[in-house]
Amino acid sequence: MTAVRGRYARRAPGEPRAIGYLYVAPALVLFGLLILVPFVQGIWYSLYDWDGLSVATWTGLGNYVALFTDPSLRGPFLHALVLLIFYALLPILVGLLLAAAMSRVRIHGMTFFRTVLFLPQVLAMVVVALSWRWIYAPDGLLNSVLQAVGLGSLAKPWLGDFNLALPAVGLVGTWVEFGLCMVLFLAGCQKIPRELYEAARLDGAGPLREFLAVTLPALRPEIAVAATLTIVAGLRNFDLVYITTGGGPGNATAVPAYEVYHRAFETGQVGSAAAVGVSLAVLIFVLTVAVSRAIEGRRS
Amino acid sequence: MTSRLERAMTYAILVVFCVIALVPVLGVLSTAFSNPKSLRTGFALPDGLHWNNFADAWTRGHFGTYLQSSVIVTVTVVVAAALLSTLAAYAFGTMRFPGSSVLFYLFLIGLTLPEEALVIPLYYDLRGFGLTDTYWALILPQTAQSIAFGTFWMRAFFRSGAHGSLVEAARIDGANSWTTLWRVLVPTGWPAITTMLVITFMWTWNEFLLALVMVTSDSLRTVPLGLVFFQGQHTSEFALLAAAAVLVALPVVIVYIALQRRFIEGMLSGAIKE
Repeated sequence: MTAVRGRYARRAPGEPRAIGYLYVAPALVLFGLLILVPFVQGIWYSLYDWDGLSVATWTGLGNYVALFTDPSLRGPFLHALVLLIFYALLPILVGLLLAAAMSRVRIHGMTFFRTVLFLPQVLAMVVVALSWRWIYAPDGLLNSVLQAVGLGSLAKPWLGDFNLALPAVGLVGTWVEFGLCMVLFLAGCQKIPRELYEAARLDGAGPLREFLAVTLPALRPEIAVAATLTIVAGLRNFDLVYITTGGGPGNATAVPAYEVYHRAFETGQVGSAAAVGVSLAVLIFVLTVAVSRAIEGRRS
Repeated sequence: MTSRLERAMTYAILVVFCVIALVPVLGVLSTAFSNPKSLRTGFALPDGLHWNNFADAWTRGHFGTYLQSSVIVTVTVVVAAALLSTLAAYAFGTMRFPGSSVLFYLFLIGLTLPEEALVIPLYYDLRGFGLTDTYWALILPQTAQSIAFGTFWMRAFFRSGAHGSLVEAARIDGANSWTTLWRVLVPTGWPAITTMLVITFMWTWNEFLLALVMVTSDSLRTVPLGLVFFQGQHTSEFALLAAAAVLVALPVVIVYIALQRRFIEGMLSGAIKE
């Protein structure tokens, strides 16, 4: 009994006050009506075949089975996983590489570098998408640069190419996320005590050993944060795809977030769209928990 | 040991990546000032500063109207969400009542739910109440989403530091919980509150999917939606489009440059660490 009370007290500090309900109520009502209820409704919708107009027919888990059997649904989820390479893996690797190079030096003007590197994070995605559409355009910056350096034969309409459109969209994600990773890792590196590096050097560690033995373990919490944020951003990727490619060419860049909108509001497959939305939520939840467990778990 | 060469290399690398981060931004900026008759998408110095692109976007592109919608929606969402989440977080952070941790975990779930999983039922619910194609369809869901973050963020503030003794002292002085919140805690909490305000502001200002689904009248469109529609109609008017894009991005960028530490702190806290 005391044990239970003790645990309860630890979890919820403060004094016992029933008035707490009054303070929570307005937020809870709004949150419940506009987040929790729609989420449960979404699960309900996903069990039906519904075009948004006529009577819905029950299909049970049919919409979820289709995620695995229907290539037009399996594709978007596979594309999302490919995009995670560009949204999460690549920015983290680039960030680590730079952190490794920079962990040995105290950086002056951090505020300036941080402000610039983090800038892509605060720009409206519609503006980012517009800008990159122009960069990738047939007469855009990328092709002009290629021609200028004598690689004109490589120039192509990047977003219109069946094989290259997905990586091209992914690289925009890399551009948006790499600064976030760098800022996180730079801040983490500045917190590592100099003595650790000195000790490693006394032990005769080269730059690689130094990175593996000192920098990488010290950055573990930052890597967990970076992975969580970039994975969520990579999976919730509607604006960019809608504006740059509209899922095309063909279905080459269709992703789950885009399918939710496309199916629900353009092709009248509301039940299927809801199933994609629910699966996306589950996928995000599972991946973020798994990542923080894998990266941070060993410490606790 | 850290030689001058190593220092120079480090700064060189940083500068290179800063340039990569800036090129697309500068491309839009230079296009926005370029000659409207030009058929190029900038990335070169414009032949003078054509400010009238902005005037054109404002009137011909309806961006005056779109900005008005964005301001109405954003101000309402930011104020309402800040108020409601401060109240809720105050209770979660300083009071003990049965079910408080369960309720708080409900809010945490809200932080991980993507909008894509909610937008379809939200659309049909709000349409059922006749609220689609009104500002309410943009304000209500975004307030609820921001409350999840705000409550999480402000609860951490109320639980940190010496607030326990402050609350205690106020109580001995005979202040009730309401007075304690507004007279004692909120005045000391401006840094945390500012972070919450700027993050909510950015999310609401930049929101696209909800606006796309909920609003069909031209006069209700927010700036991100306006930009995309404008792009659909005027694909080749690069200067005008770029000027419009600058109008979309500028308010957030200005606040970001002024308060960058708060932005970074708030956005990084999105990866919940409990």
